[in-house]
Amino acid sequence: MLLDNSLRDSAARHPDKEALICGSRRATYGELDASVNALANALREFGLNRQDRVVIYFDNSVEVVQGIFGAMRASGVFVPVNPQVKGDKLAFILKDCQARVLITGVRNLRGIERELAECPDLRDVILVDGDAAAAAPEAAVLTAASKRVHSLAALLANFPTTAPVNPNISLDLASLIYTSGSTGVPKGVMLTHLNMVTAVTSLTTYLRNVPDDIILSALPLSFDYGLYQVLMAVRFGGTVVLEKQFVYPYKYIELITRERVTGLPIVPTITAILLNLKDLEQHDFSSVRYVTNTAQALPVHHIRRMRQVMPNARIYSMYGLTECKRVAYLPPELIDKKPTSVGIAIPNTEVWIEDEQGNRITTPGQPGELIVRGAHVMVGYWNRPEETARYLRPGRWPYERELRTGDLFRQDEDGHLYFISRKDDLIKTAGERVGPRDVENVLYELEAVKEAAVIGVPDDVLGSAIKAFLALRDGASLTEAEVIKHCQQRLERFKVPKHVAFLPELPKTNTGKISKKGLS
Amino acid sequence: MKSDTEIRSAICDFFVENFLMGEGTLAVRDDESLLEAGIIDSTGMLEMVMFLEQHFGLKVEDRELVPENLDSLANLVQFVGRKLRAAR
Repeated sequence: MLLDNSLRDSAARHPDKEALICGSRRATYGELDASVNALANALREFGLNRQDRVVIYFDNSVEVVQGIFGAMRASGVFVPVNPQVKGDKLAFILKDCQARVLITGVRNLRGIERELAECPDLRDVILVDGDAAAAAPEAAVLTAASKRVHSLAALLANFPTTAPVNPNISLDLASLIYTSGSTGVPKGVMLTHLNMVTAVTSLTTYLRNVPDDIILSALPLSFDYGLYQVLMAVRFGGTVVLEKQFVYPYKYIELITRERVTGLPIVPTITAILLNLKDLEQHDFSSVRYVTNTAQALPVHHIRRMRQVMPNARIYSMYGLTECKRVAYLPPELIDKKPTSVGIAIPNTEVWIEDEQGNRITTPGQPGELIVRGAHVMVGYWNRPEETARYLRPGRWPYERELRTGDLFRQDEDGHLYFISRKDDLIKTAGERVGPRDVENVLYELEAVKEAAVIGVPDDVLGSAIKAFLALRDGASLTEAEVIKHCQQRLERFKVPKHVAFLPELPKTNTGKISKKGLS
Repeated sequence: MKSDTEIRSAICDFFVENFLMGEGTLAVRDDESLLEAGIIDSTGMLEMVMFLEQHFGLKVEDRELVPENLDSLANLVQFVGRKLRAAR
C-alpha cells in the first residue's frame, strides 16, 4: 500500500466530493487526483527518477498538496520545508538531500536565487503562483545556472491527467522531513510509505474518523501535525479546510460555523488567542466532534474552558515526534480526570519507559526515557549514520529497531504516561524542537558577543520560551533589540529568543565549558 | 486629527521597523494581503494590534480582528481613520 494510493481510491469512490477548501478555492477529489497526475507526468518528463527528492517550500495551499502527492505519484520523495526558513538553510536542505526539483512561489525566490543557483543537483524550479516572467530577475539567475523555471499552472494544463506507472513499493521513501538536531544541523527523517500509512491508519482509528469529517487546519503542511491532517482526510475521504495560518480568530470561528467543521487540530497558541475572546460562548461550535492537541501540552485551564465552549467535542491530548509521527494519546473520556497525561500508546504501537541501564520501569512515578516500537518508526536520518544509530537501536528481536525518543516520561498506577522533559538540551517551543546550538551559532555572528548560551524557560503558551544569555567583549555594547533583530534576520521566527539577558561572564563548569545548569 | 497619509506612513514605519528589521522599504501594494505577502503572521498580528492601540490611542475590539480591517495597508488606513473619527 502506497501513501498516494489513498488519493486515487478516494477520487474513484467520490470524484465530486470536496477534498480541500482553501480560501475561495474548493477542490474536489476528482480534480485533485487529475492535477496530481498531470504534475507527476511533468516531473517524469523533467527526468525525475524513482526516489529523487522534491522540495516543497510554500505556504499552505492546494498547490502544496498537489506537490506532495505529485512527487509521490512520480515515484519521488517529497520534502516539505517551512516557508519561514531562510535561504541559507533551504540551500543546505536542497544540497543535503540532493533535491532535483523545488516547488515554491515567486515571492519566496526573492533574495535567495544565488544560493539556489549553487545547488548542484537542483534542475527544475516550479512556481506555484506565476511563471518565469513574474520572477524575471531571479529566474534569469537560475536559468544562467542551467536550472529550468516552470509555471505549475502551465504544467497542469499541458500534461496528461492519467496516472503514470509508479514502481514504488511500501518500503520506498515517501517523505523526508527535516528536524532540528542538537548539533545545530537539520536532519532529514526518512519515512517510508509503510511508516506513513501505518501512522495514518492508527490516527484515524483512535480519532474515529468518518468520511463526513471536515477538518479545519491552520497548521503548516511543513509540520508533520499539519501534513497529516491532509494525509488522514485523503485516506478516509473527508474534507480539509486549509488555512495559511491562524491569524484572525473570528475568521477561524466563522469557518467552523460555515463549513460545519467536525475536527479541530490545535496547538496551545491557538487556544490562547481563542479563549481570550469575550464572546466565545455565543458562537456555534455544535458541529465540532473532536479537538486534538499535540507538540506542546495544553494548559489545564485551556482544557477546562474548551470543555465548556465545545461540550460536544472529544478532546485528545497527544504526544509524538517526527521520527515516528505519533506515540501516545489520552482516551478523551479521561480528559477531566487526567488532564496532564498523554495516556497510552496509539493503536498498533508498543511503548515503555526505561532507566539509564535499559531496564524497563514499571514503578509508578519513576522517570525514564520513552522507547517506541512500531511500523511507523522512521528508517533513519538521511545520510547520518551516527545520528541514526543514536536514536534507533537494535530491538529485542533481530528483525527490528526501536526508537529512543530522548524524552523523559513517568507513568501512573494505570500505566498512563506523563511527559517530564527532554533528556538532551533541545528546547520544545511552540510545538517545534529547537537545538540551542542553532541559535547560539547565530548569536556568535555578532561582533560584540564573547559568550552565548541559550536555554528554554517555562512559558504558559509556548511550553518553553527561548532565552539567550550573553557576555560581551570588553568595551562592546549591544541591546536586546539589536540581538533580536539580528536573530530575526537569520532564523525562523520560532527560533528567535523571546528573552535576552546580559551577564558580565557566563557560569562555567570545572572544565571551563559554559554551564547551562548554572543559568536555569 | 491625523490625515490618511500620516496614518499610512506611521503604519509603514512600524512594519519596516518591526517586520523588515529596519531594512529596505515595504514592497507591498496598498491593496495586497499582508498575510499573503508574508509580512505578518499570528504573532506579528498581536504586535500590530498593540502598536495601533498605543500609537493612535484607540481600542481594537475583539470583533474588529478581521481581515477586512487589518489585512492590507488600505484596509488598515481606513480602519484607523474610522476609529479615530468615531472617537472624536
